[in-house]
Amino acid sequence: MTIPADLKYTASHEWVRREADGSMTVGITDAAQQMLGDLVYVEPPAAGRQLAVGEECAVVESVKSASDVYAPLAGKVTAANVELSGAPQLINQDAYGAWIFRIMPDNPADFDTLLDAAGYQAVVDAEGH
Amino acid sequence: MLKRTPLYQTHRDMGAKMVDFGGWEMPLHYGSQIEEHHQVRRDAGMFDVSHMRVVDVEGAEARDFLRILLANNIDKLTLPGKALYSCLLHEDGGVLDDLIVYFLSEDWFRIVINAATAEKDIAWMLKQRDTRAPALKITPRPDLAMIAVQGPNARAKVWQALPGSQTSTQALVLFQAHVMPPWFFARTGYTGEDGFEIMLPAPDAAALWLALAAADVKPVGLGARDTLRLEAGMSLYGQDMDEATSPLEAGLAWTVDLQSPRDFIGKAALLANPPQRQLVGLLLEQGGVLRAHQVVHTALGDGEITSGSFSPTLNRSIALARVPLGIQTGATTEVEIRGKRLQAKVVKYPFVRHGKPCYSEI
Repeated sequence: MTIPADLKYTASHEWVRREADGSMTVGITDAAQQMLGDLVYVEPPAAGRQLAVGEECAVVESVKSASDVYAPLAGKVTAANVELSGAPQLINQDAYGAWIFRIMPDNPADFDTLLDAAGYQAVVDAEGH
Repeated sequence: MLKRTPLYQTHRDMGAKMVDFGGWEMPLHYGSQIEEHHQVRRDAGMFDVSHMRVVDVEGAEARDFLRILLANNIDKLTLPGKALYSCLLHEDGGVLDDLIVYFLSEDWFRIVINAATAEKDIAWMLKQRDTRAPALKITPRPDLAMIAVQGPNARAKVWQALPGSQTSTQALVLFQAHVMPPWFFARTGYTGEDGFEIMLPAPDAAALWLALAAADVKPVGLGARDTLRLEAGMSLYGQDMDEATSPLEAGLAWTVDLQSPRDFIGKAALLANPPQRQLVGLLLEQGGVLRAHQVVHTALGDGEITSGSFSPTLNRSIALARVPLGIQTGATTEVEIRGKRLQAKVVKYPFVRHGKPCYSEI
């Protein structure tokens, strides 16, 4: 299980990367994909949708179960990864490459309130994965 | 404390993710559930099913006893070794369990029941025995382990791993078993593929598992076991039917003998309560995954999914659903998933047999 040091995280197992244009790319972590098992369906949020922090905005389904993905910060969805609709297993193969959606944050400083790699590692350890 | 099979440590050594399954600590998968599913459809895989309970029924009254105990007709078994799938019914017609019974000789039948229902089933059998056939011997066999080897190459790989077994098992027809004391080979399974279910003394289980692994049979967890049986249209007790369900509303009418004059436990209740609902197959017509307990809207009223998942062979979601009687194959239904209604087509299952799609839309 990997937790790259250059990303930010949430306690609900999303990862966030800040792009050069100020948008934020969001996916689920390697720990999350391991817990879920083989993914068979991903439903990202529609572009243009306004999200509140913590809002359920995407669904990832494995053979076993469906799980919600939560907005790591408030903002407007700018893009969804269309590649995932035909190949949800890309998340199992590379959780940090297979992003789910991008969001333009209402307040760019919210990024700094997210967990760093050490903080997320502590969450994973506490959950016993 | 969860119960463990004789193969527990072997599963851990092979990297299994273990889960609580009806009080047993069992392998869910060994890496990828979907890969394991394909392995069984395309080659051969092995399952530890030692949590299931073997029960031997011995004595001169065995057939008479099973004639009244089981909803299917034990008199269909005339060839030694042949097996029969049957429901075990309550007096009220509800399903106590589903099982396989093997006819080994007139004074020895072997039954295999589900793990989670084993204690209840055995208590029920003993109670019926005490009033109907007190001399009959009913012996649970927790001393036996069971390994299922399934897939188009399963039998050949078993013979490769156990060269001594070929001569006596290659003539077995489907649904027939051969006893090689203290081992037992049955050409049965729960995947829709050919193969064997092998019962053997618990201390021998790990050696057989490793010999099969050496013959390139891959371990398969309960996750793939569920998608394989769902594709094959086989019922799962506790999900597709239970004590509150009539077998006639669970797609199991073909296993209930209402034609012959024979009486059996639950028969009167079934005759008094004709079915109002039926079990059908569903194919989801878009992305998403059907799951147990989702509501199915039909032209004749609402129904419910009893088993739903993703079918790795068909690469789309499939389900078994209990819907009002009268809904025809080919009809379109709407399944409620997270507040949205998605279209699903009613199909005749099984969905997949022997590696190939086989459902019918007409």
